[in-house]
Amino acid sequence: MKHQFEPFWWSWFSAGGTLSALVLPVVMMIFGISVPFGWIDDPEYDKLKSLIAPVSSRILIFICISLSLLHWAHRFRFTLYDGLQLQHLNRSLAILCYGSAILISLFAGYVLWNF
Amino acid sequence: MTIFWWTRKKSYLRFILRELTSLAVAFFTIEMIFLFWSLKEGPDVYHEFMEFLRSPVLVFLNLSAMAGLLFHSITWFNLSAKAIVVKIGKARIPGKLVASVNYIAWIIISAVIVWILY
Amino acid sequence: MQQQITLEIFRYNPDDKEGPAYKKYEVPFRKDWVILDALNHIKDRIDGTLSFRWSCRMGICGSCGMKVNGNPVLTCASFLEKLAPGPIRIEPLEYFPVIRDLVINMDDFMDNLKKVRSWIIHEKDDNLDEEYLQTPDQLSDYKQYSMCINCMLCYSACPVYGLEPGFMGPAVIALAQRYNMDSRDDGNKLRMDIMNAEGGIWHCTFVGDCSAVCPKNVDPAGAIQRYKLEGARAWWTRWLLPWGKE
Ligand code: SF4
Ligand code: FES
Repeated sequence: MKHQFEPFWWSWFSAGGTLSALVLPVVMMIFGISVPFGWIDDPEYDKLKSLIAPVSSRILIFICISLSLLHWAHRFRFTLYDGLQLQHLNRSLAILCYGSAILISLFAGYVLWNF
Repeated sequence: MTIFWWTRKKSYLRFILRELTSLAVAFFTIEMIFLFWSLKEGPDVYHEFMEFLRSPVLVFLNLSAMAGLLFHSITWFNLSAKAIVVKIGKARIPGKLVASVNYIAWIIISAVIVWILY
Repeated sequence: MQQQITLEIFRYNPDDKEGPAYKKYEVPFRKDWVILDALNHIKDRIDGTLSFRWSCRMGICGSCGMKVNGNPVLTCASFLEKLAPGPIRIEPLEYFPVIRDLVINMDDFMDNLKKVRSWIIHEKDDNLDEEYLQTPDQLSDYKQYSMCINCMLCYSACPVYGLEPGFMGPAVIALAQRYNMDSRDDGNKLRMDIMNAEGGIWHCTFVGDCSAVCPKNVDPAGAIQRYKLEGARAWWTRWLLPWGKE
């Protein structure tokens, strides 16, 4: 294992872990559960759109998304690494996990940029 | 060591479940990206996406992901209290207090998000 | 109440042709007996060839750690009564080479303990005329970590120690912290370089079982996470403020 960049990735992992723990459950509760079960109405299109349109909210959302993905990447990398004992694939696992987190973040950035 | 070492003890199983919550985080994040994408595309696509969220498969996936997200939040708040050493004056603040600050922040942030959306 | 209890003990003698095997022993079931008493009973009355380490019988020397029904414990602190009706399986601590029966080889730990300089380092030459005073508050910063008795239970509980050859493991890192947090010590930077390298803190995935089994409440898992936080801070200072002090 090369350790030079571990503190770097770990920092994003921690920041993303905190942010996702604080923010995601309530959003999931709304969009993933309460709305589909009909406990509350769908958020109105115009309202939602105007909430997200300001650059500041889009930046906030982008931070939440990319940090959550980096949190996943780091954690999942180690789950595979230790859980499935893929120590010999360390490099490929790192590229695969962090790489896909960055790619999906870029896609999110593209969507939010052109919002 | 066998590849199933994490089945040997309850605490190991809990650990692996905790680590797997990252899948719920990633899954839901991607779902959100598509929500924003549908908003960008216009009202029709947005309503279509909301219908899509009502399909049984998605409801099932979201319910499982919700369990994962909750487990992630709870374990994260409890464990981060162990890493963060806060001192007031000379005394170390007990971990339980740090954890409860986490929970309070969680409640406030959740309430604010609901308030903004509705 | 039952009269006897069965112990299934891991036996291994490198000089024997047969490999390791479990052997059963019946011992009196007594309320006031711990596992270690039962083992001594076997050695004195039943089978003198059984080998195991012990000394203080009071949770201080740290030499009587074994795996009992799969869990690493101090055998001088585990009562038979809690494990009734048996049989009780007794094995050497996990992940260590076995010297004989229940005796393990802990050279790896000893080497690492030296590697992290688990002693007080002074930047300037020691001034023997001067006392190094410390207030009770400064003592309390590291006291918890100094309680470690090197019993190796935390190693036996740590899957990463088993999976990752070279990982220094919980107690060594907690003991490095014990000196880092000591107001008389100047070795922080030196130890940080060791901890950031191969075998150091970044292997740890916070399984947390080390802290759960520690008989002295050292909380090595907490010590490692604190270290990571510190390591991450140092990393960013180095890259963002190359002129700054770490
Ligand atoms: S940290 Fe605890 S479990 Fe580990 S060797 Fe020290 S006393 Fe034993
Ligand atoms: S005999 Fe000393 S700790 Fe058990």
